[in-house]
Amino acid sequence: MGTLDEKAKDVMDDGVAHTGRDKDTGAGGLIILFFIIGFAGSMVLGWVVFPKLLYSQKQQPFNFNHALHMEEVDNGCESCHSFREDGSFTGIPKLAQCTDCHEETMGESEDEAIFVEQYVWKEREVPWLSYSRQPDCVFFSHAAHVIGAEMDCITCHGHHGETETTRPYEYNRITSYSRDIWGHNISGIAKNTWDTMKMDDCAQCHKKAGVNRTSSVQTERDACFVCHK
Amino acid sequence: MKVDRRSFLSFVIGGAAGTALSPLPWKLMDDSSIWSQMWPWTPVPPDGEVIYEDTTCSLCPGGCGISVRKVDNRAIKIEGKKGHPINDGGICLLGLSGLQLLYGPTRIKSPMKRMGERGEGKWQKISWKEAATILSEKLGEIRNKGEAHTVAAISGAGGGTVPALLQRLLTAYGSPNFMRMPSQSSAEEPVLKGVFDEEGRLGYDLENADYILSFGSGILDGWGSPVRMFRANSQWKDNKVPVIQIETRLSNSAAQSSRWVAINPGTEADLALGIAAVMISKKMVRSGNISGFRGWKRELLAGYPAEKVSETTGVPVDVIVELAKGFGSAKRPLALYGRGKGVTAGSLREISAITALNALSGNINEEGGLWAVSQADYIRWPKVDTDKIASAGLSQPRYDGAGEDSSGLAQSLIHRIAGNINGEEPYQLQALLVAGANPCHDLPDSQGVNAALSKIPFIVSFSSFNDETAAMADLLMPDHVYLEKYEDVPVCAGLVKQVVGLSKPVVSPQFNTHHLGETLITTAKMMGDTIAGAFPWEDYETCLKETLGNKWDSLMETGVWEDSDVNTVAKKVKPAPLDTKIVTAEGDVNSFPLLLVPYDTIRISSSYIGSTPFMVKTVADTIIKGKDGFVEINPQTAEANGLKEGTIATLTTPRGGARVRIHLVHGIQPGVIAMVRGLGHTAYDGYLADKGVNINDLIGPVEDPSSGLDAAWGIRAKLDKA
Repeated sequence: MGTLDEKAKDVMDDGVAHTGRDKDTGAGGLIILFFIIGFAGSMVLGWVVFPKLLYSQKQQPFNFNHALHMEEVDNGCESCHSFREDGSFTGIPKLAQCTDCHEETMGESEDEAIFVEQYVWKEREVPWLSYSRQPDCVFFSHAAHVIGAEMDCITCHGHHGETETTRPYEYNRITSYSRDIWGHNISGIAKNTWDTMKMDDCAQCHKKAGVNRTSSVQTERDACFVCHK
Repeated sequence: MKVDRRSFLSFVIGGAAGTALSPLPWKLMDDSSIWSQMWPWTPVPPDGEVIYEDTTCSLCPGGCGISVRKVDNRAIKIEGKKGHPINDGGICLLGLSGLQLLYGPTRIKSPMKRMGERGEGKWQKISWKEAATILSEKLGEIRNKGEAHTVAAISGAGGGTVPALLQRLLTAYGSPNFMRMPSQSSAEEPVLKGVFDEEGRLGYDLENADYILSFGSGILDGWGSPVRMFRANSQWKDNKVPVIQIETRLSNSAAQSSRWVAINPGTEADLALGIAAVMISKKMVRSGNISGFRGWKRELLAGYPAEKVSETTGVPVDVIVELAKGFGSAKRPLALYGRGKGVTAGSLREISAITALNALSGNINEEGGLWAVSQADYIRWPKVDTDKIASAGLSQPRYDGAGEDSSGLAQSLIHRIAGNINGEEPYQLQALLVAGANPCHDLPDSQGVNAALSKIPFIVSFSSFNDETAAMADLLMPDHVYLEKYEDVPVCAGLVKQVVGLSKPVVSPQFNTHHLGETLITTAKMMGDTIAGAFPWEDYETCLKETLGNKWDSLMETGVWEDSDVNTVAKKVKPAPLDTKIVTAEGDVNSFPLLLVPYDTIRISSSYIGSTPFMVKTVADTIIKGKDGFVEINPQTAEANGLKEGTIATLTTPRGGARVRIHLVHGIQPGVIAMVRGLGHTAYDGYLADKGVNINDLIGPVEDPSSGLDAAWGIRAKLDKA
């Protein structure tokens, strides 16, 4: 026989060998094992390692006690986080507002000393890291929600006003935005209204509240540019 | 345990399934879309409180009120101030883009002294104290040698306390050489002195006029107070007021007028006199406000028959008659004087002819007419107490000879400075202080000016911007820009009423600059004796407050002070003799067959403040393309010279040459070519430097022998295909 026949025989032998291996249940278990290893490994990577890699932390310049301040003021959150005359929201207060009371050190905490010595006396604005700042492409009006729809602060910001310390500021390494926007649960599932602040959350709440605006003629819903400038 | 191919594939499949069920791909997708929509390097203006602060724009002599929109401490936008007596909410291109001057890269950020060769651009940052010491010691040294008169100062066109302080410093120091850059105000001086025989300024009651005869004045190209002119023009359109634009070239103003009358360049005076003659012969004259009228009338009628005027000016006889009838029969006609932005003085003959035309119509100091009013005179400081050295210095002749000519019509003849320095007469200048001016670019014969300045051993520039003159300086002591400082802004610009605006700091100084007023007071105090004595104020703000007196409070409140109770200085017009010399263009007709005339446009700034990047973007690519500047030429002339649209050519005049591109325009007379003023900078930033040609490189001053003023309206030129 020529070489062609020999090749044909080899192929046949291979076929026989395979059939034999398939019958070996030990090898099938190994395949499942590897599937499980791959599956479990990637699940750990996706659910545990990835969030740790994705987010980085920064400490606030010094600790701020919201609970303590809430006791001192008469008008709740709005005492410091107020609206300007033109309806725009001030957000985190500027130094000038703090120095109304904190011209000199009040109390004996270390944080107070840092604040007064490093910022008040040196007339430097405190570089607070805002947990709730939306990406730049998002236009959010506090006035429309707080004054117009009479929503309370807790709906979006949770019980931030009752905290005694400022937790570390976590931010996304890719987008550089605060972790609070996506939410602390990496799955994006929210138990409370304030857990996540993505567009879906806006839409959900608007739907629930029956906000029926039709700024877009085509879609008969709100147009993109209402929020995305 | 042997990992075979199947196990590996199984591992990969397991991994893929696990990954798909983990948040990793979905979160990454979301994050990358956020990232790609908002590149982290895209600048995002910080959020903050929005406020408006009102101040006065001093970028041109117009004196508009502006409202600056700020977010926290950053100025974001400039808008016209509503209800302001000059602009009432309107704003021009330059005013609108003023923030590019405030925050742009052309600012000089701290005092500096020159390290390398002149113009090399090597500087060393120094402290303000050191800068003031260098200046006062240098000035002291020259003064001690008894050569105080060899120090000169060039100030910008604006008025007010700061230029007055500079002049005062020079007087106390002992130099008569305070010079101003040409401006509409300086161009009006000879009208007042030469024709009205008084001192003061001109006011045009444009809003109430019902027939406008503009002798080349750029109504929409930056003449007078530009925003006021736009508003007046709209009003004329609404009220169907005829606006006749007499101009060689179809400018924007001509295109927007009711009628464009094309005229041979430089013959405006002839046309004005021709119109006057027709008005007189048709008995359409309404005033006896011309002194020596009979004799003048006789000569006029004999010397300027319509046919002859038509021949000189190129305007048909019937048009001359029509214009005379229109002007003569209108109730409140008004003739405007000053070509383009009205900055160049023009000849006494022309000034006199146009003013006489106004006088013949009986509109002097009347509603809708031409007003001769007194200058705002709120600066009333005690006379400077000069010591011996100062008196000796002040008794020396002025460097530019102003006030000493037989005519003595002008306070400053700055166009002579280049010729005098280069010719080393009447004496050698030892030092030059330059404030709010850029003579190296803006004076005619700029090459001569540059050569002259390089011969002055010590030049100090107070400019806020790295302009051409600052590049020639030895010491830079940068002033704040207008949005960072208090300053009074007296407005002339053809307004009838007296208006003084107040410039207020809208933002804190962005760099290590000092208010020029402050620098001058400090320098004077460092020099001591009578010089310090002439500056009794603690600082500039005190000086300003005291000077403005009872105007200060209303200025702080409303930002502008106006006095409608106008103080007229004269009514009678004394026209110049009809044989007053005609100013012709420099150059020989045979070697230079064409005539080059400069023109102004509102889109290009042509004085100390350079055009902003925003303005340059609005300039058509038939004016600048890439780095090339264009000349406008009639297709007929172009064809005769073998030139086509866009061709590169060499433009030569008796003063210099330049590479230009050709733009064919039917709206220009054959034989005449036109080029825009304000381009061809070598300094500033990449938006302005090396773009187009500086027409001042190609044109020189032509002195009007009757007034001593520069009356150049063009120059002879030739174009060769490159």
